[in-house]
Amino acid sequence: MSKKHIKTTVNDIEHEILVDSTWTLLETLRDHLGLTGTKEGCSNGNCGACTVMIDGKSSCSCLVLAPEIDDRKVTTVEGLADHGHLSPVQDAFVENSGLQCGFCTPGFMIAATALLNENPHPTENEIRLKLAGNLCRCTGYDKIIRSVQDAAERLSKT
Amino acid sequence: MPNFDYEAPTTLKNALKFLSEQGENRPLAGGTDIIDQLKSNRRNADLVVDLKRVPELLTLELDDTQLRIGSAVSCTEVHKLTAEKGCFPALSEASELIGSIHIQNRASIGGNVCNAAPSADTIPALLVHEAIAHTTSTEGERRIPLIDFFAGPGQTVLQKGEILKELVLPTSSPNTASAYLRFIPRNEMDIAVAGVGSLLEVDPVSGIVKKARIALASVAPTPVRAYAAEQFLEGALIDNSSIGKASDLAVDAAVPITDVRGSAEYRKELVKVLTKRTLNICLERLT
Repeated sequence: MSKKHIKTTVNDIEHEILVDSTWTLLETLRDHLGLTGTKEGCSNGNCGACTVMIDGKSSCSCLVLAPEIDDRKVTTVEGLADHGHLSPVQDAFVENSGLQCGFCTPGFMIAATALLNENPHPTENEIRLKLAGNLCRCTGYDKIIRSVQDAAERLSKT
Repeated sequence: MPNFDYEAPTTLKNALKFLSEQGENRPLAGGTDIIDQLKSNRRNADLVVDLKRVPELLTLELDDTQLRIGSAVSCTEVHKLTAEKGCFPALSEASELIGSIHIQNRASIGGNVCNAAPSADTIPALLVHEAIAHTTSTEGERRIPLIDFFAGPGQTVLQKGEILKELVLPTSSPNTASAYLRFIPRNEMDIAVAGVGSLLEVDPVSGIVKKARIALASVAPTPVRAYAAEQFLEGALIDNSSIGKASDLAVDAAVPITDVRGSAEYRKELVKVLTKRTLNICLERLT
């Protein structure tokens, strides 16, 4: 195992970190940068709890090695709010009760943000398809879908 | 996770040098299979060589004669290009089926091929479009028709130090359409119980099939072509009866196992149904 010196931008803050070649991005974020908003669920790319954006693309951080993010931009749930103001996606989840226990919520909000960046007016089917990689065991999904639809409306007004 | 080193070379030459060194050296493209396999001790590595910074492996080029897909190009990029240009429909469909969007954003088509899962969704699509695997190593380059690329579940004909450089697909003749369908118990995020890719070139005046390609996933140790069904269709008039007969013949190419996803008998039935459906989709796309 070797150490790698990487430069990466996480939530618009540049970091220079010494990482082990075997660390995942998820471990790096949680255990070494203190960003515990990103959750570990299945650890094999099925549940989406660890979803982050890498250069704007939603990705499972459990399936990315830390040295892979050298020179890349990472966005976690901590990076969604703007100076303490929740993002439209976050507001929509709060107001539509798009969460219960909250464990899957950071992943869902990142996935929803990435989806709406790419496709500002998704249909319900498109939302369900693009969020299929995020599992929620509490809500039954309907309130999450409503949250994303509401977020799309909010974003179209800004 | 085993203790491995990591390198991210920026030239193909250096990538091949690292991979040819002594030890178990594994190429990494999207990582969505290999990182999970390393974590769960299903594959080992002394050195992981990240290929995503090698320009030749990030090529995605479409011209009048061919589509070239560098081995580290993501499923999302391939889906976007093929959907936008309306070409290689089977591949376009398959590249949007693998895992979630979060997986497709990282997973590469080349990785799906080299991981060599019998269930890999993009392989039947690549096979019906007659993809050629261009490989490279410090020893030289090889061009391998994709059907000859697989040696068993998770096994390819790649030698130590040799990597898939790109997949090259010839552009289809006019009056050609393709489709890929798989069966899974839910709507998304699952592994194919069976998958079928079909391609048809039909003379628009006579309705005679000029070319037929049918490839199957998840029903044999490697992806397979349904040659008997293809040969029956070529030269035949395309109609419900010939499609039905071809679907029956496609089943003969399937040698499935019974496992947790489905019984051998059920998989054979799925091959018949999916072949019929994909051929009908091709026909719809031709009109």
